[in-house]
Amino acid sequence: METIWFLLIAVLWTGYFVLEGFDFGVGILMPFVARDEAQRRTVVQTIGPVWDGNEVWLLVAGGATFAAFPEWYATLFSGFYLPLFLILLALILRGVALEYRNKSDSQKGWDRAFFWGSLGPAVLWGVAFANIVAGVPLDADHEYTGTLFTLLNPFALLGGVATLLLFASHGAVFLALRTTGELRERARKIARVLGPLTIVVAAAFLVLLGSDKPAYWVITGVAAVALVASLLATVRGRDGWAFTGSALAIVGLVAALFTSLFPNVMPALDPANSLTITNAASSPYTLTVMTWVAVIFTPIVLIYQGWTYWVFRRRLTGA
Amino acid sequence: MDVLDLSRWQFGITTVYHFLFVPLTIGLSILVAAWQTAWYRTKKPEYLRLTKFFGRLLLINFAMGVVTGIVQEFQFGMNWSDYSRFVGDVFGAPLAMEGLMAFFLESTFLGLWIFGWDKLPPKVHLATIWTAAIGTNISAYFILAANSWMQHPVGYRINNGRAELTDIWAVLTNPTTLVTFPHVIFGAFLTAAAFVLGVGAWFLMRKKQVSIFRPAIRGALVVALVSAAGVSFTGHWQAQLMTEQQPMKMAAAEALWDDERSAGFSLFAVGDVENGRNHINIQVPYGLSILATNTLDGEVQGINDIQKRYEALYGPGDYVPVVGVAYWSFRFMIGFGMLAAGLALIGLWLTRKGRLPEGPWFYRLAILGIGLPFVANAMGWIFTEMGRQPWTVFGLMQTAAAVSPGVDITSVAITLVGFTLVYAILAVIEVRLLLKFIKLGAEEEPQAEPEAAPALSY
Ligand code: HDD
Ligand code: HEM
Ligand code: HEM
Repeated sequence: METIWFLLIAVLWTGYFVLEGFDFGVGILMPFVARDEAQRRTVVQTIGPVWDGNEVWLLVAGGATFAAFPEWYATLFSGFYLPLFLILLALILRGVALEYRNKSDSQKGWDRAFFWGSLGPAVLWGVAFANIVAGVPLDADHEYTGTLFTLLNPFALLGGVATLLLFASHGAVFLALRTTGELRERARKIARVLGPLTIVVAAAFLVLLGSDKPAYWVITGVAAVALVASLLATVRGRDGWAFTGSALAIVGLVAALFTSLFPNVMPALDPANSLTITNAASSPYTLTVMTWVAVIFTPIVLIYQGWTYWVFRRRLTGA
Repeated sequence: MDVLDLSRWQFGITTVYHFLFVPLTIGLSILVAAWQTAWYRTKKPEYLRLTKFFGRLLLINFAMGVVTGIVQEFQFGMNWSDYSRFVGDVFGAPLAMEGLMAFFLESTFLGLWIFGWDKLPPKVHLATIWTAAIGTNISAYFILAANSWMQHPVGYRINNGRAELTDIWAVLTNPTTLVTFPHVIFGAFLTAAAFVLGVGAWFLMRKKQVSIFRPAIRGALVVALVSAAGVSFTGHWQAQLMTEQQPMKMAAAEALWDDERSAGFSLFAVGDVENGRNHINIQVPYGLSILATNTLDGEVQGINDIQKRYEALYGPGDYVPVVGVAYWSFRFMIGFGMLAAGLALIGLWLTRKGRLPEGPWFYRLAILGIGLPFVANAMGWIFTEMGRQPWTVFGLMQTAAAVSPGVDITSVAITLVGFTLVYAILAVIEVRLLLKFIKLGAEEEPQAEPEAAPALSY
């Protein structure tokens, strides 16, 4: 049962990073692909109907962690206090910017908030996950004993760069998929430039992390192949395949991270203090209840979110 | 000031701020859905204009509700990690359900509604706003179930030093939830109705767009009165349940120091907290006994006596909340809410049989009146939460034991100042935007969102 919830939480984070990943990418790339107000509007409109629904994946990932692994939720969120504060500030600014830019008289400030509010979390989530997987100092009560600077180690920063590049590439192929004309051309160009860089950094990150589990290396391989395929598809102008490829690469990254974690949820530098799926879990009763809820409602959510993407499937012209 | 105090301030500030937007979203989303339904049925353009006009204000407000809500979700782990460890097994469940069943629903369908005007058949489009509106109400239910569990824990057992869920159904049908939910929802409708009334008054005072805003405020007046009756009834039930479950809160709310039969409802009191008595206390005879027990001679427990009982039950300690806060927040909640109700009653009279109020005074009051239910709501929460102190989970865990042990004071100070500043700035921006769109008025011929030329992308 704990294993099922470990998987489910991995799925929720995967959903979050695949979906909000391209939202972040779009925010980061907007200053580079859009030249005038009409184009900027189009860029924002590509994610307008869906970004809030995408962000809920994070809320549910958080809520599910709280319900299924309270110890993990408590240690993680209080331990990563300041980085989370920055992420929250970024998400606040970004959300307000997305909703208010078209309603305000001046867009400039909002666009800046949109950019930084997308860039910040794109880096910080990478930093956070690199730390979770690599292990952090925890005491016997599972309280985090490091400081902010413990979290900003070189390996974690590499993780941050990796997610930044992945999300930016993902956003570029998404923009290429959802627009026409100039916007699409520029987005494809960016995707071509970022593609090789992303492959190198993401691969370096996953290889440095390493693992003695064969599954880890299989997944890493799949992710690498997906990134290369995405790049090739971009060169050929097959936007749909390019997007599928970069989405698959993000799935691969998250899968690799969670594979390396298992059966820990938050390894400590002193392994005796590690949080595992057993010592962090809720009671079997709670897990059973939550399993029923998840089994019934996750497919329903997937169906109507999928329907939303279907309704807004047409490309937007950057008129 | 220590980590505990700062964490309490931060939690209080961020939650009260979140709850400025929440009631308006809950109430207004249903009203907008109702107008769109009226338009769908009658095809009268006035209804469409109302839908679009208030729909836009709803979206401005909704955005703030969303971004402040994210902070709430993270705060339990960030600032109250020992609390999260203790209650996660029980408390996490409704929170996760809220996300899965409600937040996905509201966010996805609101997106469809905003951008779907010319992409969806009218009937389906109408269904999207209803789904989003119902989603907000479902979310209220789950979070109130979580909160009610802290007021009155049920369906759990203590095992290995933490609370474990034994009966999810008991948590979801906690009697406290069942009265809290309607109370909060009626409060939300009162808020939305006062908002529509105030905005409509602004136009009517200037004799602008009368054909649209007169029907709007008539509707709002009725909603306001029904909701005011609703909060009073449900509030009365809550008071009775509270007397049973948390007698200390009721005693503090009434500054009732000693057990008393046929207790009066205090209107104004100046207390002497040190010595546990009042200097001045003006009362409605029998009022409190009626409110709390439905009988004239019901016994209501007083602070000093409960303190003694709790010491026997829970060990030495101070079990008295800040009496002044509980007393006044309770009165302000009721008072401001009833002022709004009174305003609605006057308005209904002034607009009878096709009339419109003469002169500006009613309109001016109605515009000011927008603020009344917001204050009442904030006071309600401050009362409920601070009246429960020193407990975080009543009878099980004290607030002092709930705070994150590993977070240092500098960090909490940074986030407290950071959130407060950002919230203050955003409040200014939101109010400006609301004013801007109110002044623009309802468009003559509502336009759908500008649409780009089609070309398949998937
Ligand atoms: C009685 C109702 C109520 C109460 C007491 C609270 N909320 Fe809330 N919340 C809502 C009613 C609501 C809502 C009406 O559903 C909102 C407001 C605007 C909106 O977008 O949804 C919302 C938004 C909202 C969101 C964003 C959802 C999204 O992205 O769509 C989160 C994460 C939370 N809330 C979480 C919380 C938490 C953890 C609370 C407890 C401290 C809390 N809320 C109190
Ligand atoms: C339904 C959601 C909730 C709402 C709307 C809410 C609202 C409030 C309000 C209005 C206050 C008073 C402000 C103040 O004292 O400064 C408060 C205080 C507080 N709440 Fe809640 N609360 C909710 C849930 C929770 C939860 C889940 C916790 C878990 C830890 C919690 C813990 C506290 C604490 C520790 C305080 C500080 C008490 C104090 O300062 O007196 N509340 N809350
Ligand atoms: C006659 C009028 C009213 C009475 C008797 C009343 C009674 C109460 C009581 C007893 C509580 C505390 C419940 C508890 O802690 O267990 C409460 C809470 C609350 N009230 Fe009221 N109330 C009234 C009017 C209003 C109005 C007009 C509003 C807002 C527009 C409002 C909003 C709230 C809110 C938001 C809470 C906190 C949530 C909760 O615990 O339900 N109330 N009320």
